[in-house]
Amino acid sequence: MSGLTMFFALLMYGAALVFTVGVGWRVFIYARTPAPLKIPTTPAPTTRTGVWIRMAREVVLFESLFKSNKWIWLFGYLFHASLLLVLIRHLRYFTEPVWGWVALAQTFGTYAGFAMLAGLFALWLRRIVVQRIRYISNLSDHLMLWLLMAIALTGLMMRFVAHTDIIGLKMFALGLLRLDIQPVPADPLVLAHLALVAGLMLVFPISKLLHAPGLFFSPSRNQVDNPREKRHLAPWAAKLESK
Amino acid sequence: MAKVEFETPKMREYPVIPIIHADAMAHSQPFVASSQHQESLGFPGQLVDNWKEVAIDKMGELLTKYRSLKVYLDSCVKCGACTDKCHYFQGTTDPKNMPVARQDLFRKVYRRHFTFAGKYFPRLVGAEDLTEQVLGDWYKYFHQCSQCRRCSVFCPYGIDTAEISMAAREIMDTIGKGQKYCNEIIGKVHKIGNNLGLPEPALADTLQGLEEDIKDDTGFDVRLPLDVKGADVLLVTPSADFFAEPHIDGLIGYAKVFHQAGISWTLSSYASEAANFGMFIGSYDQMKKIAERVRTAALELGVKRIIVGECGHAWRVAYSFWNTLAGPFDFLDPRYPSPQHIIEFTSDLIDSGGITLDKEANDNRIVTFHDSCNVARASRMGNLPGGQFELPRKVIKAACNHFVDMPADTIREKTYCCGGGGGLLTDDLLELRVKGALPRMEALKHVVDNNGVNNVAAICAICKSQYSKVLPYYGFPRDMIVSVHQLVSNAIVLGDKQ
Repeated sequence: MSGLTMFFALLMYGAALVFTVGVGWRVFIYARTPAPLKIPTTPAPTTRTGVWIRMAREVVLFESLFKSNKWIWLFGYLFHASLLLVLIRHLRYFTEPVWGWVALAQTFGTYAGFAMLAGLFALWLRRIVVQRIRYISNLSDHLMLWLLMAIALTGLMMRFVAHTDIIGLKMFALGLLRLDIQPVPADPLVLAHLALVAGLMLVFPISKLLHAPGLFFSPSRNQVDNPREKRHLAPWAAKLESK
Repeated sequence: MAKVEFETPKMREYPVIPIIHADAMAHSQPFVASSQHQESLGFPGQLVDNWKEVAIDKMGELLTKYRSLKVYLDSCVKCGACTDKCHYFQGTTDPKNMPVARQDLFRKVYRRHFTFAGKYFPRLVGAEDLTEQVLGDWYKYFHQCSQCRRCSVFCPYGIDTAEISMAAREIMDTIGKGQKYCNEIIGKVHKIGNNLGLPEPALADTLQGLEEDIKDDTGFDVRLPLDVKGADVLLVTPSADFFAEPHIDGLIGYAKVFHQAGISWTLSSYASEAANFGMFIGSYDQMKKIAERVRTAALELGVKRIIVGECGHAWRVAYSFWNTLAGPFDFLDPRYPSPQHIIEFTSDLIDSGGITLDKEANDNRIVTFHDSCNVARASRMGNLPGGQFELPRKVIKAACNHFVDMPADTIREKTYCCGGGGGLLTDDLLELRVKGALPRMEALKHVVDNNGVNNVAAICAICKSQYSKVLPYYGFPRDMIVSVHQLVSNAIVLGDKQ
């Protein structure tokens, strides 16, 4: 096994580990931290089912963002929806034989790469052009968009500019899953793409990408509006009762 | 403090997002609480020597107690959706009044001390230590937030800046830098029973005077009972209802409704305050102590129901928090929601024919309704989501022939704060209050110009006081603001049912 393969195998395993454990840990902390008061943003659903529907509308349609700003919604939605298609398409590198519905997504997923890049670029353009958004941006906010754009760009280049040894890459990916390491194709584009994706997984649990699990734990969105009917008491607040 | 000269913002023909002006409101801050006001609430009298450590420790404690704080600090992606949604930003153009920028004053300290990236790469993620300068910004800008939750409606993750400004205020109280207005008032509630510091004899006197006024006006013996044991209903209402205009006309309205419905009721001198400023300073303990006075009074008086008068944040605390803070209220009659809003009560009576309203009594008025932020975005009325919008409008329409709503993006869940909520209703913040009222005043002007509106009705004591103060700055008459139950009071038919 070459040093290069060894390095990338370890990088991908390490990144996957940091991503899973890191995000799992954050989710554990969110779940463990009590919400002592009922603070849903009203009007809010009065049943648990209603809350599921509200949450689904937020996750699938970005409903609140749509109410807020049509441009951010458009670019943000373009990026996220394209990313989903692209991720689905990438499942073909981890499955053998390729699942039927993944094969079906091949064309959409390929062109979604362009839409993803466009969405990201538009979001970045807003970040530098709109005075208010420039004011609230830190360097990390720009870097995050560049990282994602670089991932999209390297991916698209492999597909449309300089074809890579895609069979070899799939062997490498399957090898990782089967704990039977296969050589990584020594193509700079593949290596860059893999390294960037690993970087994304590494920063996920320590960055604003936590908005993904965070949404599900947002009390203003996930609480049922029933404080008069049902007494809500956090453990630390219950301790004040006995006094 | 020298009196600040300022210009009332010009009302814009079409609302446009303003260009930002850094530090435009950097001079605005409320008076700091004196050591006496601080200590009576158990807070340090002045800034403690090791305030940085104490503040960071407190922040750590709050992060383990409030999921909202933890999740909101982590989740913001700086998308900018909230940046133009705050009335204080629109009115002042100070970028630190953009919700996300206000949160970032807190978030940058959180990142520095509680996150990997902020500890090792502070410049990259904009993390900063809690310096004197940062504390100064906290004191200024967390007192330029009325905790109205408008930003949270528009945030894709529901991030509520109110939660963060409450946490910041609690930390500042803990290190000895509290706000005079809120803390002085909370002290009065603990000592006397209401925000005004109105003792029992004075309250009894006021109520008796009102009874005489009503008698002169209508010829009917409408009572305003105080501390009557065995009454069916305990009415808890903001103490402003006892003396301020137009609040007092609302109180007269409640009394007439009870009178005409034939339901026995009482006020309590011990719990003579619905407002709960413990929420504004983010203190669970203070909020709980204040709420428990209501429970104590209800038990002592042996009432069957608790009804809450017209007050915005008080209704949030009563509706959303009382059961948690001072519950369970299982000693009350389970056939009625507890607590119940006076609007729900009156609305039910309108439906059942328990009261009759003569709309023509308000024919000189063309009325619009101001949705108070805490009622709109942090509570409910009736059984259905959004009842907090429908029921007040229904009561107004039952009492008036002419009703017009303000533009759709300024009412209901998108309502604009009056500019004086969240513990900012103090004259040392007058410039902020006037400027923060801009979006609301523009919406009002729209219906004044197009529909001839001459009254705006509200169900919040703070809104009513704030309107009375700022309306003239925008060229409107001060008495344009009315209580919803003032309209009911005018229209209600007293005497034998026809």
